[in-house]
Amino acid sequence: MNLVEAGLGAAVAAGLLSALLALTFPRRMRPVPVGVGTAVVGAGGAVAGAGALAGQSCSVEFPALLPLFGASFAVDELSGLFLAVTGGVAIAVAVYGIGYARHGLDGRCVQAMTPLFVLAMLLVPTADSVGTFLVCWELMALTSLVLVLAEHRRRDTVVVAGRWYAVMTHLGAVAIMIGLLVAAGHAADDSFPALRAAAATLTPTAAGVVFVLTLAGFTSKAGVLPLHAWLPRAHPEAPSHVSALMSAAMVNLGIYGIARVGFDLLGGGPAWWWLLVLGLGALSAVYGILQAAMSADLKRLLGNSTTENMGLVLIGLGAAGLFASGGDRVLAGVALAAALLHVINHAAFKTLLFLAAGSVLRATGSRDLDELGGLRTGMPVTTWCFGLGALAASALPPGTAFVSEWLLLQALIHGLPASGGATAIVMPVAVAAVALTAGLAVATFVKAFGVGFLARPRSSAAAEAVESPPGMLAGMGLAGAACVVLALLPSAVLPAIASVSTAISGRAQPAVSGVITLRLNGVAGALSPLLLIAALLAVAAVFFAGVRLIAARRAPRAARSWDCGAGPLPARTEYTATSFAEPLQRVFDDVVQPEQDIDVTHHRESSYLVHAVEYRQRVPDRLERRVYEPVLKLFAAWGETARGLANGSMHRYLGYGFYTVCGLLILLVVIR
Amino acid sequence: MNALGVIGGILQCLLVIGGAPLLIGMMRQVRARLEGRAGAGIGQPWRDLRKLLRKESIAPHGTGEVFRVAPLLLVSTTAVVALVAPFVTTASAVSPVADLFAVVALLALGTVALALAGLDTGTAFGGMGASREMTIIALVEPTLLVSIFALSVRVGSTDLGAIVTSALHDPARVISPVSLLAAVALGVVIIAETGRLPVDNPSTHLELTMVHEAMTLEFAGRDLALVEWASAMRLTVFLGLLANLFVPWGIATSAAPLALLVGVAAFVAKVALLGGLLAVGEVFAAKLRLFRVPELLAGSFLLALLAVAASFFLAQPH
Repeated sequence: MNLVEAGLGAAVAAGLLSALLALTFPRRMRPVPVGVGTAVVGAGGAVAGAGALAGQSCSVEFPALLPLFGASFAVDELSGLFLAVTGGVAIAVAVYGIGYARHGLDGRCVQAMTPLFVLAMLLVPTADSVGTFLVCWELMALTSLVLVLAEHRRRDTVVVAGRWYAVMTHLGAVAIMIGLLVAAGHAADDSFPALRAAAATLTPTAAGVVFVLTLAGFTSKAGVLPLHAWLPRAHPEAPSHVSALMSAAMVNLGIYGIARVGFDLLGGGPAWWWLLVLGLGALSAVYGILQAAMSADLKRLLGNSTTENMGLVLIGLGAAGLFASGGDRVLAGVALAAALLHVINHAAFKTLLFLAAGSVLRATGSRDLDELGGLRTGMPVTTWCFGLGALAASALPPGTAFVSEWLLLQALIHGLPASGGATAIVMPVAVAAVALTAGLAVATFVKAFGVGFLARPRSSAAAEAVESPPGMLAGMGLAGAACVVLALLPSAVLPAIASVSTAISGRAQPAVSGVITLRLNGVAGALSPLLLIAALLAVAAVFFAGVRLIAARRAPRAARSWDCGAGPLPARTEYTATSFAEPLQRVFDDVVQPEQDIDVTHHRESSYLVHAVEYRQRVPDRLERRVYEPVLKLFAAWGETARGLANGSMHRYLGYGFYTVCGLLILLVVIR
Repeated sequence: MNALGVIGGILQCLLVIGGAPLLIGMMRQVRARLEGRAGAGIGQPWRDLRKLLRKESIAPHGTGEVFRVAPLLLVSTTAVVALVAPFVTTASAVSPVADLFAVVALLALGTVALALAGLDTGTAFGGMGASREMTIIALVEPTLLVSIFALSVRVGSTDLGAIVTSALHDPARVISPVSLLAAVALGVVIIAETGRLPVDNPSTHLELTMVHEAMTLEFAGRDLALVEWASAMRLTVFLGLLANLFVPWGIATSAAPLALLVGVAAFVAKVALLGGLLAVGEVFAAKLRLFRVPELLAGSFLLALLAVAASFFLAQPH
């Protein structure tokens, strides 16, 4: 029995057991065993993933488990990476969840679903046949849907979010199902090895259909444009630790699906597939971060940032496919390493950010940045955790995203001179998209951290906020530690990524090597995050000592703020998140198209006297309005029309039946 | 890490730290003379710094560590860039940090620290300055990255030392459409990033128009000294980058004392010349309205993008 089998076995056993405990234990005693159980599930997944990345494999079949096609599971390097990431996220979330559950989330159903959701996410990358994959995928969708709806009694918006999520995730699942069934129709059976063998015999059209259909399904799960609409709805409304699981682990499985189908099952493909992936990625990255920059809802902002980060991952994935289709394995390896490293980094910092946001939500009851502020005094640990996450997310030096975006830009920059036509246009635009994303991400996270946590409290709830219980802090601490390690020593996870990209791209040499200094193999490029921080700290120490030496020896004095001599103004005069984003919103006016209206109410006595002025501004999702609303309207109109057909008259229904049978008979006669 | 890099790094640091206030003094003097004033002399910024360093430091009530650490972080990030970028020598003291992306991100980190400090004061002006600064940086950073990328495509590396060395070996490349487009784009974003006219007026204290000053209103004493010093250093560093990316001649490629001396002299001359030109330009420029600035930056972004496209079409296969 190797690590993979042991880990997965432990995960399945712990998952089922903790779900059972959740159903049997009384409410007060429920969160602790379930949290511990979920952490064991996560640990099992992480161990199995580590084993798979170290080269161990595992393959099991249960012919009797599922009717008709049985269930088969196999773990390779690619599965291993996603197992490890999901497991790692689950550990931090489970520890956090023990404390967070007291927040009214200790119901039987929610508690039982959490370990099952984690388990389902672990099973998806291990599935080795179309049937098994679809069942696991559906299990993941259903358990997450139940968790999204956990707080439906408290807010009406939860139900709306749940409906969006349910519809979109199932439409995505249908697309994946049709795509994989088309592929399976050309193969001997529905197992992945058979699909791999049959990939060479597929016609380009059939392969293209399979890829595009599965891409649609997987990008809807990853929250990539234009199928992102569920994400900024479901992430804010789900309980925060569930948002963390969904945003840091579940969306990754969309990426896994694209990599599995595109690179592994179909064995790469023509350049246009990957240009499509890259284009979708670039669009999502810029659009996602723009929406995040405008957003004043803390969790919605983080959800939009997930769209952005998945976009960056898709840029890497698309570039890797593009280079591979052009025969450049070196650059394909670099781009793939960038994409996978960003998956890991994103999982770490998004877990941290969502958990910190949950901590804020618990303490203040608000997600609205315009009502927060000044949390630093009441909640120092949460503040620093969020600050660390924000630093990591904004691609600034001692942050995790900095390293992966550097890798991504390296791949794009080296890809430019080597290739022809389409790439010459795509690569500069992709570089510009990544660069624009980096700039906007900085503004977004300065807003989130500066307005939400620094400054003075803008509401009494924020002023009276107290720090979360130690269990929640421990969960955040785990995610924070992962962020720090990934930021300073990305070489800790690079061997794992190298083994995955070797398995996929077929190049024996890892794309990136080095412990302290990361060096690209095959192309020029080196970066050392650790040396950078060391240099920064050393220079800061020199400056600190130097200033101490020459400056006045008086201790810093605290005084009331000068504020241009106006004196202490109330917190109402502070810049809010909305006002902070206003200049950016004005700059991107044509893209985001904000809606504004002003209602002026006059006194009844005279229209010259104004009673009240109300100003409302909203930044709706423009894409949603252009793409989704027409479709929804069409369906609504269809429903309205169809209503006239069914008026309750039995005669009419019998008539329908009669004419349908007649029509069918005529049709049969004609076809024959 | 080699001897040339270490010597060069220390020289560059000393030059930038000591010379930045003099550069500001010189620019003010040029402006004063052109406007028909006598001016305070080149050494005035140094005298200001000395005075500020002797005053006590005051932190507003309710501010925290972010506010206290920001000046130090701002000045350190700039000094690290001065340490690693190719100003006097082509070698770098800490070569894996002399990457284009790392340098741009380091400078952005300093800006972010200052913006957070502005927000931390909880005053309307601090927030306003931070919001404006972040809007500008969100537009500046892409242009900065894309335009230097246009230069790095033909070298095949984003290492600043490699870009400068390649320009030294192949002077013909410097006079190409790529360089010209990139130089104009870089020039515009450097003006925006360092808060000079027409984007921001460094000598204004009119609340409605200011960007940089609004964030630093609450600093006093040695903190203010550090912030002012850092902003002078940032200007020097940016002008130095602009100078050496396009006109690298004179930079030292060996550790011989004469070469280093020539390197120092060339760097000082180039930065002083660029600073003088900037000051002359500022005499004739009026400040743009805040919401006209993005148009300027979008224009420079387009130029940078064109530079990348041109660099592809002009790239020689290697």
